[in-house]
Amino acid sequence: MALTDDDGKIRWRQNPYTLLAGLLILVAALAAAMHAIAVAVVLSIGAVAILAYQPSRNARTEPIAASVNETLPVTEAPRDNIGITRAALSAIDMPLYLIDGRENIVFQNGAAAEAFGDIEPNAHITTRLRSPAILDCVRETIATGNVNTVEYTERHPSTRVYLVRVAPIAPEGSRPTHFILSFRDISESRVVERMRSDFVANASHELRTPLASLQGFIETLQGPAKNDPKAGERFLGIMLEQVQRMNRLVDDLLSLSRLELKAHIAPSDRVDLLPLLGHVRDALQPLAASLDVEIVVDLPNDPVFVAGDRDELIQVFENLVQNACKYGQEGKRIEVTLTPATKGQGAEVSIRDFGPGIAEEHIPRLTERFYRVNVEASRSKKGTGLGLAIVKHILTRHRARLIVQSEMGKGSVFTVRF
Amino acid sequence: MTQSHIMTAYDEELRFLSRRIAEMGGMAEQMASDAVRALVNADAALAQRVISDDAILDAAEREITDKAILTIARRQPVANDLREIMGSIRIASDLERVGDLGKNTAKRVIAVQQSGVPRALARGMEHLSELALAQLKDVLDVYTTRSAEKAQAIRDRDEEIDAMYTSLFRELLTYMMEDPRNITSCTHLLFCAKNIERIGDHATNIAETIYYMTTGTQPDGERPKDDNTATMTVQG
Repeated sequence: MALTDDDGKIRWRQNPYTLLAGLLILVAALAAAMHAIAVAVVLSIGAVAILAYQPSRNARTEPIAASVNETLPVTEAPRDNIGITRAALSAIDMPLYLIDGRENIVFQNGAAAEAFGDIEPNAHITTRLRSPAILDCVRETIATGNVNTVEYTERHPSTRVYLVRVAPIAPEGSRPTHFILSFRDISESRVVERMRSDFVANASHELRTPLASLQGFIETLQGPAKNDPKAGERFLGIMLEQVQRMNRLVDDLLSLSRLELKAHIAPSDRVDLLPLLGHVRDALQPLAASLDVEIVVDLPNDPVFVAGDRDELIQVFENLVQNACKYGQEGKRIEVTLTPATKGQGAEVSIRDFGPGIAEEHIPRLTERFYRVNVEASRSKKGTGLGLAIVKHILTRHRARLIVQSEMGKGSVFTVRF
Repeated sequence: MTQSHIMTAYDEELRFLSRRIAEMGGMAEQMASDAVRALVNADAALAQRVISDDAILDAAEREITDKAILTIARRQPVANDLREIMGSIRIASDLERVGDLGKNTAKRVIAVQQSGVPRALARGMEHLSELALAQLKDVLDVYTTRSAEKAQAIRDRDEEIDAMYTSLFRELLTYMMEDPRNITSCTHLLFCAKNIERIGDHATNIAETIYYMTTGTQPDGERPKDDNTATMTVQG
């Protein structure tokens, strides 16, 4: 922690204790020269005592100087150690808290403010961190001076797993007065672990049906339908369909997994929604034409920028418009409306269909994986049961919300609010 | 935060209360989330830990109430300070209830364990608990900033949890009608879902208390509600 000058001389000159000791030795030498032995001895002992006291005194003050305590005027510190220490802590990309022995946060770096929010100076640690496991660790370290680590999972707004480490700042041999609380983000490795088990569970369950039907057709082709070219052709057609379905499913599962991996990183790019929605309309025009649905896009004149990832947002709106085309086909018309941000409310994109609508009890659960309002309808429309789960994941990463309103017989509105 | 007083010890006492509330909040959050995890993964050991942790939360509530009463007796607080202290007592009792609900959910893990929770229902339970826990986390974050505006916003969000609970309720009824052998586990799950939904209600209560603590007035208007289970039937 202690930031020392490269140039030792500056420290010599600036250190009043060393100077005092030197003076005492000088006077002691003078006293010795004047045969005042007793005085010389006393003065020498004083000088030695000062020199001996000095390192421990340094040891005790340095952590305080390094603690970036705002109440300490900068001029009192040797050189600009406070500024340098503060800058050094801020430059580290992992969230760090510097706390004192009474569990107050003396300093937090930028990464910590970003991860857990700003705090008032000298706030108690519980204003930001409530997890009993972390608090136990902190207390144990303050009491014993041992380094402690604990794993901490934050589930909202997105899952993040941290390895939290509490370590005392203790110069050799002295009691620590301050402690560093650091957070190492291990979300990725944990999420990968969980993803693998989820993937196996979901895939084995959802892929079993098409696989079983494939097996059935192959057996039929090998046996009873061996010499029936007409039946063979038909079976091969169905088999192709099943394989395509498995393909879509695997694609969706993979894209969901990829999204989960980076769910905790908010996108930093800025995207104009106007050309983006135009692109979505053009891309889906063929599908809409084949289903005999008209897509009406209502856009404002000025560009509407939101923080987001272009490709992911295209995926969101393609998914939503596609759903509207497929499940609102009867309405013949889909309205896509972009409302620019107003005071107190972010920009909104709403996609309205005039189809049969969704029953109330299904609405809150639409974004769950493999949740289908009607299994048969979803299968026949080539749905994987993952479309809205993907939409939800992307929007969570964008810190945006999906609001679904629907009335039976009148249609549904899916609104994305940034 | 409250203004400082001439007696620093008084400030210390107020600070102690809000610190203990935050700690209780952390404990309650963890219990509720562990209870749902234990339920979904049929993890009896985790459930047992939740059950034993409840004692800590009960003790914390008693401690806060004692300290609050002592402070009232000793300092004769008025206005802001009085609301702050009364608020602590109310929030502590809400958090204690959250712990109880977590404990009750954990107790049912063993009963549900044998038959297991169907995949679709487990996902629904997780979804419901995500909503309720997000509500609880947000409200505890607001507690440290004492923002009346944010407290009001949280209060208006309870609707989402109610809609989700209603949907789960219906699904559980259909499961039971499909096969009477599901009735035991589904009844337990029904209570678990209700427990989780109640956690959301307590979070809303806390939001209202925070609003009152900072402004001195009750938040106006009815609480938004979307819980129709009281009149729900499913045609067989």
